[in-house]
Amino acid sequence: MFALSATAAELLAWSPPRMGATLVAGLGNTILIALGAYGMGLVIGVAGAFGKLYGGPVTKDLLAVYTTLVRAVPELVLLLLITFAAKDGINKILTSNGFDPIDFSGVVAGIVVLGVVQGAYSTEVLRGAIQSVPAGQIEAARAMGMSPGKIARRVTLPLMTSAAVPGLANLWLTVTKDTALLAVIGFIELTKATSLAAGTTKSFLTFYLAAGVLYLMLSLVSGLIFGRIEKWARRGQRTLAGGGM
Amino acid sequence: MADGLQPTTEAIRVEDLHKSFGSLEVLKGVSLTAHEGDVVAIIGGSGSGKSTMLRCINFLETPTSGRIAIAGEAVAMRPTGAPADRRQLERIRQSLGMVFQQFNLWSHRTVLENLIEVPVQVMKCPRGEAMDRARKLLARVGLAEKEAAYPAFLSGGQQQRAAIARALCMEPKAMLFDEPTSALDPELVGEVLAVIRDLAAEGRTMILVTHEMKFAREVASHVIYLHNGRVEEEGPPDALFGDPKSERLKQFLRSVS
Repeated sequence: MFALSATAAELLAWSPPRMGATLVAGLGNTILIALGAYGMGLVIGVAGAFGKLYGGPVTKDLLAVYTTLVRAVPELVLLLLITFAAKDGINKILTSNGFDPIDFSGVVAGIVVLGVVQGAYSTEVLRGAIQSVPAGQIEAARAMGMSPGKIARRVTLPLMTSAAVPGLANLWLTVTKDTALLAVIGFIELTKATSLAAGTTKSFLTFYLAAGVLYLMLSLVSGLIFGRIEKWARRGQRTLAGGGM
Repeated sequence: MADGLQPTTEAIRVEDLHKSFGSLEVLKGVSLTAHEGDVVAIIGGSGSGKSTMLRCINFLETPTSGRIAIAGEAVAMRPTGAPADRRQLERIRQSLGMVFQQFNLWSHRTVLENLIEVPVQVMKCPRGEAMDRARKLLARVGLAEKEAAYPAFLSGGQQQRAAIARALCMEPKAMLFDEPTSALDPELVGEVLAVIRDLAAEGRTMILVTHEMKFAREVASHVIYLHNGRVEEEGPPDALFGDPKSERLKQFLRSVS
């Protein structure tokens, strides 16, 4: 047991039984889940956006149902639904057919749930970005004999990136914080690690402040990275600040 | 039209082209033949269908019916008018350099990258070769110093000259111009027309939709006057501008002069 008088520095020290390493491991899990969910969301989002704009009527309807439902239901409800209900259902089907049940670890459930949610929001962000691409530039590509796939890769995707980056940066910050929901199903990401450490030591202020600082650092570093990406994506554009070439 | 004594090769043929947008019929059966080296100017008032006719040649607009052949090869069409063979159409489009009213350069690529994009990415031309060709073309249109610039930092006239160079960089069989000077400030029109005049002089096959009547008269070998989706009158420029037969063309020429 820790003495209540232990200083914050002692409590946050790296080596066990101090809790610094626990927090950083939690942060690692948070980043892992966030990256996985964000990546999955982007893949769903790109496909979903192109599907919503250029797909057939059935594709468009299915995607509309997906984005509407997922954005309407709280992430927490979806998380509990997938972790417990879907897990039971899928494993019942698997075992009754003679397969081994799947282990829905916190990582898999977390990435899948948050990825599906991210995908719905990404779809909308990217759909708006595609629509912001000047039609004339796509028409020029068609007129010069580019195939639809080549137009998507060489013209539409690069041109939509600059319009998409601010929205996608927001989604990244959202998903880093949504990972805290996984604390509810017992997965030890940063928030759960913090509550464990705080509960053990009874130093709530120290640990929750430390967690806050870690989340802040994550978002500051993310901001720098997205700033770089946006600058790159905006190459060739005149800016309001009058930036040169 | 080419002088009938010399055997010439047909570059573009449009036959009985119809195009409707919903219930509005914009083209009511128009035809056009351009032999190699011809410069065909299409003139007409706003809403006459001249741009639509040009855009049907490379299927940026899908015709409702009709036949289109490029260098003797008919574009395969479904009964609805839609292109039947995407690869054939893409190949044919690569042989037609299109220049738009709004330039439509790719804003995320430099001028040089704009020029080599299709030759390298689509036509599989070696990069070095495409860059050599692109630099020669940029020098020719007076933009040698601008190869590293992004389009947004060029004037309208410079952008249009770059767009013409981009179309030429595909080494097309024919050029299609869709009102190439209509979006330009008056003082920038001359520099673009000079480039087009230069292309006409070297015997390039061109179809030109334009509002510049003096220019059409000067460079065209054949002029087509469209009115309400029909060819109202056509012929050599001196006959059409000097001695118009139809009342509508007379009116039109009075209104634009």
